[in-house]
Order: sequence, then structure tokens, then C-alpha cells
Amino acid sequence: MGRYLGIRALQSVVTLVLSSIVVFLGVRALPGDPARALAGEEATPETLAAIRADLGLDDPLPQQYLAFLGQLVRGDLGTSVRTGQPVTELLAATLPVTLWLSLGALLVAIVVGIGAGVAAAVYRGRWPEWLANGFTLVALSVPSFWLGILAILYLAVGLGWFPASGFVPLREDPLRWAYHLVLPSVVLGTALAAVVMRQTRASMITALSTDYVRTARAKGMPRGKVLTRFALRNSLIVVVTIVGLQLGGLISGAVVTERIFGLPGFGKLTLDSVFTRDYPVIQAVVVVVTAAYVVINLAVDVLYSVINPRIRVGGSQA
Amino acid sequence: MPSDAEVGTTGAGPLLEVTGLEVSYGDVPVLHGVDLTVGTGERVAVVGESGSGKSTTAAAVLALLPGRGRVTAGSIRFAGEDVTHAPESRLRRLRGREVGLVPQDPMSNLNPATRVGAQVAETLVAHGLAKGRAARDRAIELLVEAGIEQPERRYRQFPHEFSGGMRQRVLIAMALACEPALLIADEPTSALDVTVQRRILDHLETLRASRGASLLMVTHDLGLAADRADRIVVMSKGHVVETGPAEAILRDPQHEYTRRLVAAAPSVNASKVVAAGGVSVTERSAGPDASARPLLEVDDLVRTYRVRGRREPLVAVDHVSFSLQAGTTTAVVGESGSGKTTVARMVLGLEEPTSGEVRLDGEVVRTARGAARRAVRRAMQPVFQDPYASLDPTFTVERIVDEPLRVFGVGDKRSRRARVTDLLEQVALPASVGQRFPGELSGGQRQRVAIARALALDPRLMVCDEAVSALDVLVQDQVMTLLEDLQRDLGISFLFITHDLAVVRQLARDVVVMRNGRVVEHGTVDAVFASPAEDYTRDLLDAIPGAGFFS
Repeated sequence: MGRYLGIRALQSVVTLVLSSIVVFLGVRALPGDPARALAGEEATPETLAAIRADLGLDDPLPQQYLAFLGQLVRGDLGTSVRTGQPVTELLAATLPVTLWLSLGALLVAIVVGIGAGVAAAVYRGRWPEWLANGFTLVALSVPSFWLGILAILYLAVGLGWFPASGFVPLREDPLRWAYHLVLPSVVLGTALAAVVMRQTRASMITALSTDYVRTARAKGMPRGKVLTRFALRNSLIVVVTIVGLQLGGLISGAVVTERIFGLPGFGKLTLDSVFTRDYPVIQAVVVVVTAAYVVINLAVDVLYSVINPRIRVGGSQA
Repeated sequence: MPSDAEVGTTGAGPLLEVTGLEVSYGDVPVLHGVDLTVGTGERVAVVGESGSGKSTTAAAVLALLPGRGRVTAGSIRFAGEDVTHAPESRLRRLRGREVGLVPQDPMSNLNPATRVGAQVAETLVAHGLAKGRAARDRAIELLVEAGIEQPERRYRQFPHEFSGGMRQRVLIAMALACEPALLIADEPTSALDVTVQRRILDHLETLRASRGASLLMVTHDLGLAADRADRIVVMSKGHVVETGPAEAILRDPQHEYTRRLVAAAPSVNASKVVAAGGVSVTERSAGPDASARPLLEVDDLVRTYRVRGRREPLVAVDHVSFSLQAGTTTAVVGESGSGKTTVARMVLGLEEPTSGEVRLDGEVVRTARGAARRAVRRAMQPVFQDPYASLDPTFTVERIVDEPLRVFGVGDKRSRRARVTDLLEQVALPASVGQRFPGELSGGQRQRVAIARALALDPRLMVCDEAVSALDVLVQDQVMTLLEDLQRDLGISFLFITHDLAVVRQLARDVVVMRNGRVVEHGTVDAVFASPAEDYTRDLLDAIPGAGFFS
């Protein structure tokens, strides 16, 4: 177990280093001169040269990369060209918003998706399955921005049940924090819930017809235990994979949702910095998103080995 | 139908009494008035082919009919109490507490995500017999009783760390955990090697006898039923056709179906083959000229694998040599892990030998290139074990049989179509089967399609890897007869990989006995079976169920 996790962690580090190279080269491959972008169109060649020397842009690429990596490791992501603030400060302000939103959406997806999936599999051919199938069809077809607009129009503005926009930090007021997150989380999590439901339903149907479930019933296990400990637990192996793959989509989906609900999150920061060609911020955003992907994948692998003992042992034991 | 006059040899009333049971799946009736009783302490075997309704009967007793199955008429009484339409709460006590189930396939019947010991313990917990530490201790005792060594260590392991035989022992421990009065064993060992099968059945019998429990065993193997049951119930197409003491059923079958079943049971006794109108062993031994150059030569084959976490490589095949004369059948026998399938794969060129070589008609399979390689490939065709897995479910039968012809560019479209019809005829399938999909065929029909596909290129050698092991007795008999006919008419040679010595006796001239990758015995079937030189071979021979009855 420990060895398996060690290997996976090492692989993650390698992935991170490789992705940092791609990010570094990618940003440098963008058209335009960062020095000119900083100094403006009217700058003299002398000014540009000074800026270049100052930013180390004249150094050979490997040396520039090492400098970039060094800063990265120290947690120094540079300064925003647009606002003059350190990039780390910008991230610290926006990242929690997106993180909470994504976690909320994930929670919605797991609770609704797995619940509906299990119900659909257990009550096959009866109304719970039709309801769940209908829900997935709608949830997958409706674009999240439209769903968001509808939610604001009816639930927030019309009925006044939820705030239409804005964000309250957790430390300020936990209740209002949760209150503000409900609607965006549901909107963002709906599509993922549909995917999770489909997958849970399919794996549960397979699991329920396996021999070990029949044997569990034959030895007199209570129905609830047969469903959870035997069928669901083995179904989750597949569901976790799907959730892991879809989490990336959640981050990009957050960009749109944040825009609709006016959340001051990562998505808003990304859009703003892309429109103003704020290279240090774009670079940092890409690094953070990549790191998030790597961490999510690692987490999925760890979860896997918890759920599926065959991976845990790695075939080394007799 | 025969009544159960001779019921309940030891007890007063029957423990299990099934009367006029009818079961339907959806609107399709599958059981038509099944009567069956099991007395206290009695061992009853239900015998029949797939689809005879024997497993459905067993499932109905536990109210575990799959899918849309339901009881439409008749009753099931357990210890005098009618449990036919009992509520779930009553059934939960019946399942596990009063009736224990030993299921068929040890590989798929344990929860892969839970520790083995916990799965035994949870049975006790579910019936409130023990909990926590006590349940754990009792589970360890049960594992010991079931013959599992180092039970404390094994308790914490997962099913995938157990061999098939060990898993079956765990399932037996689970079935016996609550000391049920009746054990239902549904093909308890058909997925296991013959020697493992015997040890486990012996063990099950010891445990059952010590508890005085009754046994209802479902099996397709008449020999096994004869060895292990007091009374046999023969089922066919959802009816009980005959019931009586085991010995009477075997020696003097009354019903036509039972007679066919007894006649088809592969036997270690050669005289039976002659009696059944097959090719006798003596005829086969006197066949082709033994001095001619062999068709297939397997010369000092070695195959090793690197195993993760082990320093020395695993030797799967260890200096194996034998040869096969044209027009004859050689069987390679051994248990799982003996290396017999690896030999077959190397003969077919599907796997590279680590050293040694395979020659077909003098051509070395490994080094043949270009046209020579294609010729070698054409001359050898495989037939695999599982007719469900080895045919592409999205192809029609015609396309499956036609595929090798297309690959080797034989003839044009029209001549190939005619050839496919011929081939289907050769394996006794109507031409109309060509337009159907494998999913619409029975196991025996599928295996015929696999044989037709192998025949398409006029091979000189067919490599059959457990080609009849997955089939029912009657179907198995038909397929073996087909193979014998093909050999007689077309002069095809067979390399037969099997664990079933009874099949070997009926089909092969020569036999190669393998164990742990080595050849332990090699010779003509007559010589080896008459006086096995190795203990291992004798073990294998003794382990054949029903050997005593048929000889």
C-alpha cells in the first residue's frame, strides 16, 4: 500500500515538472513581446532593453526556465501586470471561491447522482428509474448557463428563496456563505450528477446480478447491507473513475457559473487576465489548474486502492 | 411420475418437500410440476442438462429466482412449514440459518471488496448468532474446519489472494456457519480441477455427516451424483423424469432420457465406447502407420515468465517433448497450472518458447516466415474452451466461418458461401444457422460453429483447448462423436488439451500427463490407463467421479 502510494506520488511530481515546462514554453510561444506589453507601444528601444534585462528575458531559455521554476517552488508567481498586485495574493482571494463552488457541485453530483442511480437500479422498470432517466436526459441536454439564468430568474428573483449573486467568505458568516453557494453549486453540479447517475445505475445493475450478491442474499444478509456493502461498494470503483475524469470539466464549468452568479472566483480572474493579456496571471492560472488535475488524479488513485483491494496489494503477495 | 415412496430414510417426515412446483420466467414456464423431497440426513442429487430446470428448482427453494422468475403453482415446505410465498423476514431466516447454499463458481461468489474472514463472520452477525470478537473467533474456527491453513492470516486476506479451491472452502465455511439443517450445493465443484474437486467433496461430506445435515446437490455429472448421493432425481425440460436410489438409476435406468444420460457419461472404461457404437480404442491404436514421421514434434520446449516480486523466473513449461502421428489424437492432461495450455499456445505459435522448438511436418513454427509461416498457420487451427467467449457476438455464423477463408483469400464470394454451407453440414448444423448470431445458439451449437471455423482451411492439426469441458454430458458426447467422425473421414489430427481423463479415454490414442510444467508420464492411453507408472496419474484416474460405477 505505502509503496504503491509512493510510486503514484513520484509519478505526480514528474507530471508536474513536465507540465511546468509546457506552461513555460507555451507562454513564451504566445505572439507579442511581454516587454512591449509592459512598457506600452510608445516605449523607446532602450526602455524595452532595460525591461528585458530586468525580467531576464535575454537569458537563454533553460536558464529562464530554472529561474521560473525557482520562483514557483518558493511560491512566487510574479506580479500582475494589470493590477500590480502579487499573483499569489490574487489567487488567495479567488481560489477559495472556486474551490467551495466545485466542492459544492461535487457534493450535489455525488448525493443526487449516486442516490438516483441506486434507486434506478433497484427499482428497475418502475417509476424511480423513469424519473431518474428523465432527469439525466434533461440535465445533460440543458446548458449550464441557461440553467443558471433560469435558476436566478425563478428561484432567486421570482421566489426570492436564494440570493441572485455574490459571495460571502466562510470566515465572515458561515450561514450566509452556504446560502450563497447553494444555487451555483446545484447549477454546476447538475450535469455531473447526470453522468454519475448513469454510471451508478449501470454498474449497480451489473453488480446486483452478480453471483456474490446472490450468495449474500442466500446467506441471509439484510437487504440494505446487500445493497450497500456488496453491490454499491463494488459499483463505486467505476463511479470514482468517472467522477475523477469529470472533475476537470467542473473547473472549466466553474468559469461560466461564476460569471452568471457574479462570484469573484478563479474563473472571473482567468477571463479578466486573458482579456488584458496579463501573462503572469495566465501562467499562474495554468499552473494551478494543472496542479489541481494532478492532485485530483492522485486522490482518485488513493480512493481506488481504498475501494478496490486488488489494486492495493499490487499482486506482490501470495 | 415416480412417487417418492422411498423417501426419508432416516427421519420421520421429509425436511424439504417440493410439491407440483411450477416456475415461470416472465411468461415462459420452465418448471412443470416438480416433486422432490429430501429426508433428514439424506443426500439427494438433482441431475440434468443445462436448461433442465435443476438450478431453478434449487433457487426456488431459497426464493432466489433470478430476474422475472416467480413460482406460479405448487408448494415448497421446509420442516413442515409452507415457505412458498413467505415474507422477506421469514425468508431471511430460511436463507443461511436453516438452509445453507454452496454456490457453483468459487471465483465469482465472494465479494471482491471485503476480507474473506469478514464475509464468513457477517453470516453469523446477520443471523444474530455472534457479533464482534466472538463472530471473528467463530469464523476462524469455521475456516479451520473447512480446511484452510493459517486461518488468522487468511482471515484478513481478500478473495483474489485465494485459489479456486480455497475460495470454495470459504464458501463451504459460509454455508455451514449457522449450522443449517439443509445444504444446497449447486454444481459445487464443477469449476475446479478433478483432484481438488475430490478433496473438497470429501471434506464437504465429512462436515455434512458430522452435523447430520441433509444435502440437496445439483449437478450435471451423473458420476458425481452416483458417488455422493443416496438418491438421484433426474430432470429434463422442467420435469422430473425419474427418481430412485443412486445405484438403481445408474445400473438400471428406466426412463429413456436417463438411459441416454448414462450412455453418454464419459467413462474410463473402454468397453463402453464400443458398446455405444463409437470407434473402439483398439481400432484407433491400429490406425495409421506408427513408423511414419510424426506430423507434430514438440522438442524440449521451455517457457519461463518473470513474475513481479520474485527473483527466479517462473518455469511454466519445463523441457516438454512429445510427438503426434498424423491422423491420431494426442491428449495433454493435467490440472490448472500444469502448463498444458501454455504448451498449446506455443504449438499454435501464439506464444514464443523460451527455448526448444515446435515442428509441424518438419517446419519449425517459430522460424517459419512468409509463405511457410502462412502454410503453418493454415495447417493448424484452434478450438477453444468457451464457446460463449470465443465467437464474436456481432458476427453472423456465416461471417465467423467465412473469416479464415477471407483472410487467406480462398476462392471468390460465391464459392466461399458454398464452402461455408458444406462446413456447417460437416458439423451437422443446418445451413440456415449461417444467418444467425452466436447469441441465438446453444453451447453445443456454438462449439460446432467453432469447429466448422477451424475446419474451413482444411487443417491437418486441430488444437482443442478444453474444447468439450464447458458442454453438457449429452452435448459433449455429440461433439466428441463429431470429432471422431472428422478424424476418420478427413484424417485430421487432434491435440487435445484437457483435465478430463474420461474424455481422453474416449478420444485419444496417446496421452501426455503434465504436472508443474513437466511431463510426468507419456504413452498410449491403453498403457498409461491400465498401469499408471506415476502416483500423480493414478490420483487423477481415481479422482474421476463415478469411476467405480461405470467400470
